[in-house]
Amino acid sequence: MLAAFSCVILFAGFFAPYDFAAQARDTPFAPPTTLHFVDAGGSLHIRPFVYGPRDSASASPNAEAASEQSYPLHWFVRSTSYKIAGLIPSRTHLFGVEKPARIFLMGSDAYGRDQFSRFLYGGQISLLAGLIAAILSVAIGILVGGIAGYYGGWLDGILMRGSELFLALPWLYLLFAVRAALPLHISQWQVFLLLISVMGLIGWARPARLIRGVVLSAKERNFVLAACGFGASDAYLLRRHVLPQTYAVLLTQITLLVPQYVLAEVTLTFLGLGVGEPMPSWGALLTSLQQYSVLSSYWWMFLPALLLIPLFVIFYAAADALQELHKSVPL
Amino acid sequence: MGKVRLWRACLVFIAIFCACSAARAWPQQSSEDRMIAGGATGHAGGRLVVALRSEPKTLNPALALDEPSRDVIRCLTADLIHINRGSLKTEPSLAKSWSVSRDGRQYTLQLRRGVRFSDGQAFNADDVIFSFQVYLDEKVDSSQRDLLVVGGKPITVVKVDDYTVRFELAQPYAAAERLFDSIAILPRHLLQNTYQAGSFSQAWTLSVPPNQFAGLGPFRLKEYVAGQRVVLERNPYYWKANRAGNQLPYLSEVVFLFVSSEDAQVIRFQSGDTDVLSRFSAENFAVLQKQQSQKGYHLDDLGAGLEYNFLFFNLNDPGPNVPPEITKKQAWFQDLRFRQAVSAAIDREGIVRLVYSGRATPIWDQVTPGNKLWLDENIAHPPRSLDHAKELLKSAGFSWKSNGSLVDPHGDHVEFSILTSSSNAQRTKIATIIQDDLSQLGMTVQVIPLEFRAMVDRLLNTHDYEAAVMGLVSGDADPTSEMNVWLSSGETHLWHPRQEKPATPWESEMDRLMQQQLVTLDYSKRKKLYDRVQEIVADELPVICLVSPNILMGAANRVGNFRPAILVPYALWNIEELYVQ
Repeated sequence: MLAAFSCVILFAGFFAPYDFAAQARDTPFAPPTTLHFVDAGGSLHIRPFVYGPRDSASASPNAEAASEQSYPLHWFVRSTSYKIAGLIPSRTHLFGVEKPARIFLMGSDAYGRDQFSRFLYGGQISLLAGLIAAILSVAIGILVGGIAGYYGGWLDGILMRGSELFLALPWLYLLFAVRAALPLHISQWQVFLLLISVMGLIGWARPARLIRGVVLSAKERNFVLAACGFGASDAYLLRRHVLPQTYAVLLTQITLLVPQYVLAEVTLTFLGLGVGEPMPSWGALLTSLQQYSVLSSYWWMFLPALLLIPLFVIFYAAADALQELHKSVPL
Repeated sequence: MGKVRLWRACLVFIAIFCACSAARAWPQQSSEDRMIAGGATGHAGGRLVVALRSEPKTLNPALALDEPSRDVIRCLTADLIHINRGSLKTEPSLAKSWSVSRDGRQYTLQLRRGVRFSDGQAFNADDVIFSFQVYLDEKVDSSQRDLLVVGGKPITVVKVDDYTVRFELAQPYAAAERLFDSIAILPRHLLQNTYQAGSFSQAWTLSVPPNQFAGLGPFRLKEYVAGQRVVLERNPYYWKANRAGNQLPYLSEVVFLFVSSEDAQVIRFQSGDTDVLSRFSAENFAVLQKQQSQKGYHLDDLGAGLEYNFLFFNLNDPGPNVPPEITKKQAWFQDLRFRQAVSAAIDREGIVRLVYSGRATPIWDQVTPGNKLWLDENIAHPPRSLDHAKELLKSAGFSWKSNGSLVDPHGDHVEFSILTSSSNAQRTKIATIIQDDLSQLGMTVQVIPLEFRAMVDRLLNTHDYEAAVMGLVSGDADPTSEMNVWLSSGETHLWHPRQEKPATPWESEMDRLMQQQLVTLDYSKRKKLYDRVQEIVADELPVICLVSPNILMGAANRVGNFRPAILVPYALWNIEELYVQ
């Protein structure tokens, strides 16, 4: 399931009917488009269709759409160009409707941009952020935790007190400070990468402590002691015997950390520290909910938030499964 | 004569009535010096609750810079000549009449007799002399001082007798009467000692004991609770009366609550906690509108106000202050055809629709349709045209690469950033729409929301920016309030502030026109001069004017005489006449 989801996100350009920045200025805050199967005459259509835009001169906002022209949904349409996974240019989209009709599966935002497309594209940024930050954290965690656990003694003391210091760090304020110190002219992407690296860099403490624990117990195992007795070097021992025992823990950690960092990205963007307009990210999709008018009038603006919940559940389920697996693997 | 007699008779009747009820006795004041306000007769008593965006910083009229402080001070004090927010014309206030000398340099003001401060002390010319002495004192550093310096020299104030003062100006000054508006008269008996001791800047902070504070406004200070509210009570010595001759104000209390965000203010208004709501967004207007009939309030859309929002580029001299990577881009910004192309590519109608839900007006120069006295009807309103924009760019030597991106004659990609204030959601939205519009010309634009003060520092001091979206609100309908913006030496001549001499021929023409309208007394001649300024702004595009948002107001149905205006303070300008049912 996670793989399927990641696939959709990775090929967002294909699944999204529109470009994330395309504005339909006639239809700000359009509610989700209804897909119809039964037309006004009562006959059933296999191919779902949508109704076209209302004639703005004649129709009141509440008028029924029934009398208007219908536009069937087409599969594999060619429209705006995009790049598959950021590399291969393509113009084919999974579905679309002919202009002037538009299909907004999750409604449109304040600029008339398609929320569904933005959600998919936003996923690329948010998941990438989560993944990069998680890998960074775990990498530093292995290094610090491995050294602390393996060598022990005063080195362990210093490193673990250091990690406690990092745990106590008010990271949100730190990020604000970092953002304020950056010059204006660096691009949004660079700012964003920098912020997630900072996030990853300060998040190493927890995995480091876990890994230290595993290493601590691993190095006392008989086969490790035996290898040590045969005169194996520290580096060899760590690489060959100690660290492989931590892999299951690491994998579990990464699956736990990714959703955490995705949430952190959402928080940061919500507070205005994320990628700037018009780039979408899951946090950016939620920022408009800060406004009372949006909160009280446009329920479909909540959809991205609701979609995030099952995603996180899947992530945690995956982490659980990994943990089970790790327990069942005989050491 | 008959009228006067009837009036007197009426007064006698009221005097008897008052004596009987013994509730609202008039202080000794001759009838001729009471000012009669024209609104509908209301009920006395009751309280009005209003929300302020933040806590006022001070109650000292000479030092108040922030809007919440001024909102409170306006209710506590009075000026000599007042601009009626309803008619936008001047009307007598503490000065019951005035005359101008033939050369337009001397104003002689007759003060009302028998007027008392809110602590019961009498008001006379000495208070006026003292007040202007304070405002003109460089050590006090009041924000009003700039207004009172005409032709490079401060206005001089002479006491003719106890109820007559004469103001002398160094040169004729078209808007002289309007100068007096909102210059609060201070009580000499309370403040003279502090002033002479040199500690005026510490006087009248929010924690001033109410018995140490007195003004000539309709209300006086009752209570201040830090972080929560300021409460004002009815000034029993106020000098205005309604048409029936009853003393104003009607309200016995005004409560200012501190509610820090617009959304929170909207929610409190919706739930009936506050009675008046001003300056809120069109989106919230739409939300409130839905429940207008069930809940006891009504909303007003007054049409375009005096705020104009615009985009402008950094046109400062490439000096040591301007970073080199910006200097390179200034070659584009300096080219009029580039600015024209940007202006032609911007979808103003789209901004009106998306940012203001239709509650705004597109504009092409700085005078908004709300300012009917000064609007130049002949300014062209060219519709959006990407083709025209592309032609302009082509003629300026720009070209397009095969992927559609715009490059300048040197082959550099056209890419710049637009600053906006992060606290103003509308302007950030405007910038985002411009970003999309200009991307259709092949330009890459970044929108950078910054904290307001950080942004202003970049615009006015460090000049470290490329373009910005800003808005200005004229303090008055008269062009004189805009001197600082259009004079090339002005502090808020945003695109290139504080020039020693005008950098371009059109800026020097604008300087000349603005100076000339300042000393021209005839309205139609001044109008011609200011029309030309508007033409220059529309033609040379130092600022690319975009939209003027409508003034939106809301008030509980129980508030009577509510007549919001397009000028600050939008809602409470006639607070002495407001009443609750």
